[in-house]
Amino acid sequence: MKVKIIVFGQLTDIIDNNEFTLNSNADTNNLKNELHKLYPALADKKYVIALDKQIVTSNTMLTEGSIIALLPPFSGG
Amino acid sequence: MIANNLYERYQRQIILKGFGETGQQKLMEAKVLVIGAGGLGCPALQYLAAAGVGTIGIVDEDMISLSNLHRQVLYSSDDIGLLKVDVATLKLHRLNPEIKIITHALRLQNTNALNILSEYDYVIDGTDNFASRYMINDACVLLNKPLIHAAVSQYEGQIAVFNVKDDKGKSINYRDLFPNPPADGEVLSCTEAGVLGVLPGIIGTMQAAEAIKLITNIGKPLINKLLTYNILTHEIYEVNLSESEAGKELIPKDEASFLAMNYYNLCNVQQSSVIEIDAEQFHHLRKKKSAIVIDVREKGELPLVTNIKNLQIPMSVFEEKISGIQQQTIILFCQHGVRSLHAAEILHDKYGISKEVYSLKGGVVKWLHELGISK
Repeated sequence: MKVKIIVFGQLTDIIDNNEFTLNSNADTNNLKNELHKLYPALADKKYVIALDKQIVTSNTMLTEGSIIALLPPFSGG
Repeated sequence: MIANNLYERYQRQIILKGFGETGQQKLMEAKVLVIGAGGLGCPALQYLAAAGVGTIGIVDEDMISLSNLHRQVLYSSDDIGLLKVDVATLKLHRLNPEIKIITHALRLQNTNALNILSEYDYVIDGTDNFASRYMINDACVLLNKPLIHAAVSQYEGQIAVFNVKDDKGKSINYRDLFPNPPADGEVLSCTEAGVLGVLPGIIGTMQAAEAIKLITNIGKPLINKLLTYNILTHEIYEVNLSESEAGKELIPKDEASFLAMNYYNLCNVQQSSVIEIDAEQFHHLRKKKSAIVIDVREKGELPLVTNIKNLQIPMSVFEEKISGIQQQTIILFCQHGVRSLHAAEILHDKYGISKEVYSLKGGVVKWLHELGISK
């Protein structure tokens, strides 16, 4: 199934596209593993996942057309 | 009833539907603490003062430097070298002499945080580092204070309202979103990654707006939501936050455990065997015959240090130029003591215990302030 990924902050330095679609299966943990395979530098960065605009704090099932945002913390002021 | 002169000052907002004299009265009775009078803090302070927030506290230990001015719009070129809290107070008083401004010219530590924060109704986080952000969050949770959090990076800003109950009675804090601070290098700071000056202008103004909405009880503040704004596209992305078990576990549960936290170590600040020295130690050590004082700031950084003998070896060329140094005792300084600490670590790795390497804590800014040289 296809899911849409949106990337924020300095993670865009690792993933060039701010937005892209990915063929993914199952859940957010699997998706994370796939992303880390595609973009190894991502594994060293801190970020949280929002699934359809809700932050997920545990592994969550994906559905066709899910929108996943990768949100890193910002520190600047 | 609001007095005539005050009515005229605030007339344009008093006539707003849903705001009225009641809203103005609430603002005049409110106490808001702005931590960090920098890129986010400056616009937040200006709009809070202009709107008539009755008591505004400002926490900042820094002095104004040239590289601040592209985004910290309360300050002018003439103000370089002056304390931010002093200049901010002066300018805000000119803007609105009817309000009370309290300054805290210090670095927030866990030993002073609870005392300071407890004097206010709302807290605005405009700091620029994770150590402060986690400390402020944890203190606000302990004290049950509404926290208007924001941070910027390059072309994007984040803003959220924490510790305010939503209509289901739930309140979220920063640790629900990011339970642990990032490790060293996981996230770059603005100094390292850059920021477009107008961005904190927008985000800091949004913080002031959120504070005003919370105080006057209008609209829908970003309670339990994280808003990300991109200045290049004007895209806004809002996500809903939920409680996290990990966050709950890690947050200090009482005053004693809060005081026992070491936020600077937690955020991997100053993790080294290098010795950091204060002004008094600096004064003694630099008189040693074998000592050399090195300024590791880049060319053109102000204030210049001309009152003591020092050599300039900027960080950008530090590793290639440092090998020529013969002295046994090497004392390094920079603007705030961060780069000099890093430089000291480089030397420590290179020379081990064969040389004494020191870094001036708080940098030239703190040192000059303590000497009483404000400009």
